[in-house]
Amino acid sequence: MSELKLKDLYDGFRDPATIRMLAAQIGEEAKALHEPLRIMEVCGGHTHTIMKYGLPQLLPGNIDFIHGPGCPVCIMPKERIDHAIALARMEDTILVTLGDMIRVPGSQSSLAVERAAGRDIRPLYTPMDALKIAKENPDKRVVFFAIGFETTTPMTAALLHAAVTQKVDNLYFHINHVLVPPAIDAIMSDGQAKINAFIGPSHVSVITGAKIYAPLPQKYGTPVVVCGFEPVDVMQGILMAVRQQVEGRAELEIEYSRSVTMEGNVKAQQLIDMYLQPRSHFRWRGIGDIPDSALELREEFAYLDAEKVFAEVLPTEPIDDHKLCICGTILKGLAKPMECKVFGTACTPNSPLGSCMVSSEGACNAYYRYAGVLG
Amino acid sequence: MCLSIPSKVVSVDREKNSAVVDTMGVKREAGLDLMEEGSVNVDDYVLIHIGFVMNKIDEEDALESLKVYHEILAKMDEEERSRVVLEDDNCENRGTP
Ligand code: SF4
Ligand code: SF4
Repeated sequence: MSELKLKDLYDGFRDPATIRMLAAQIGEEAKALHEPLRIMEVCGGHTHTIMKYGLPQLLPGNIDFIHGPGCPVCIMPKERIDHAIALARMEDTILVTLGDMIRVPGSQSSLAVERAAGRDIRPLYTPMDALKIAKENPDKRVVFFAIGFETTTPMTAALLHAAVTQKVDNLYFHINHVLVPPAIDAIMSDGQAKINAFIGPSHVSVITGAKIYAPLPQKYGTPVVVCGFEPVDVMQGILMAVRQQVEGRAELEIEYSRSVTMEGNVKAQQLIDMYLQPRSHFRWRGIGDIPDSALELREEFAYLDAEKVFAEVLPTEPIDDHKLCICGTILKGLAKPMECKVFGTACTPNSPLGSCMVSSEGACNAYYRYAGVLG
Repeated sequence: MCLSIPSKVVSVDREKNSAVVDTMGVKREAGLDLMEEGSVNVDDYVLIHIGFVMNKIDEEDALESLKVYHEILAKMDEEERSRVVLEDDNCENRGTP
């Protein structure tokens, strides 16, 4: 019993009968496809579901998955991680952040290495804890290294709101919130990745509403189906995409209607808008600069902006990845992890060369972990 | 991976603008900063994400998925259950799309 893990709990959601039934249905309807359906799942959560349940093996040969850039850890360029390290190295500073970020290599070090060397770096359970830490340490500066897509942005905004209204003056923000639609746009307008349908991320849509994907079907003629994370959800979403393609439609549809609406969480959107604004440029790891693809603090909150307040300690040079690492090509939907020369040899989850292997959401990590399933 | 287990609201503290929710028998506090004032009430089902209520879930949908979770969780002891629930909520990557 004590061996049970979250992963085992998940197995309960794999209803083989339903999945097989959906697979059979997809197989039947996909016969009418004029050209192969190349579906990009933008989100790393979906990549994991697809790999873990071996969905590609259940589907006909004319349906292929392309993995997208949907993991905040994978797309963080090294210079931003170097920022976090530089901030953590300042005197009397506590750096706080969420998640896997602590393990991601920067150009020379990582937050994990820095922590082992005695820097005060703390993982958070909820961003609100940053406020508590700041209040408990009035003689220190606390820097919140904020990461994530549209899903976690409102939590950062709520923390900003609390810090501003409660006049906590030793809490600073380093904002790395990125946006899904500009990334999709960048990949599509590049034209190299031949993608003709999308599985839309569901948690982003809980906040933003499915409406953020509305321009895509028109602009690129691709169906978009917003999907939940369970394998049955994903299979259902694929079926919906196949049907659209067969019937010559390109529309935005919501599979995950139990949580997602067109409008999303309006209160959360307003809160974000109060504190954050589009950032004119953000360099995505492996993909490069994408205009308006991230957020930054509004001018009036510059006094809270770690990038401005501590500008003199922050490195400015863009830093590229290890020469052998092809994460960028993978994130752009142009290659699969196995095509990387060092996949599973010089690069494994225990000693990752690139962040696609570090992050539990990364495509390389998913392929590595579920390699057995692939056979 | 997100289980996104629906949580039931046990009590609401308007002063602190937070709620105590019950996720499969595990109780914890979640901020209401992202929800319209007065929109979250006792007995509602909600989705929690890194310490915040993210949205409300339709009761019928919530009960349907809870049934599945319950079958699995019934096989665990209390300690395990609480670890699994917290691990789910704590998933660092939920910032992902
Ligand atoms: S296997 Fe490692 S080195 Fe290769 S692309 Fe993936 S993360 Fe980069
Ligand atoms: S791993 Fe996930 S739980 Fe965690 S965020 Fe991803 S999809 Fe959700």
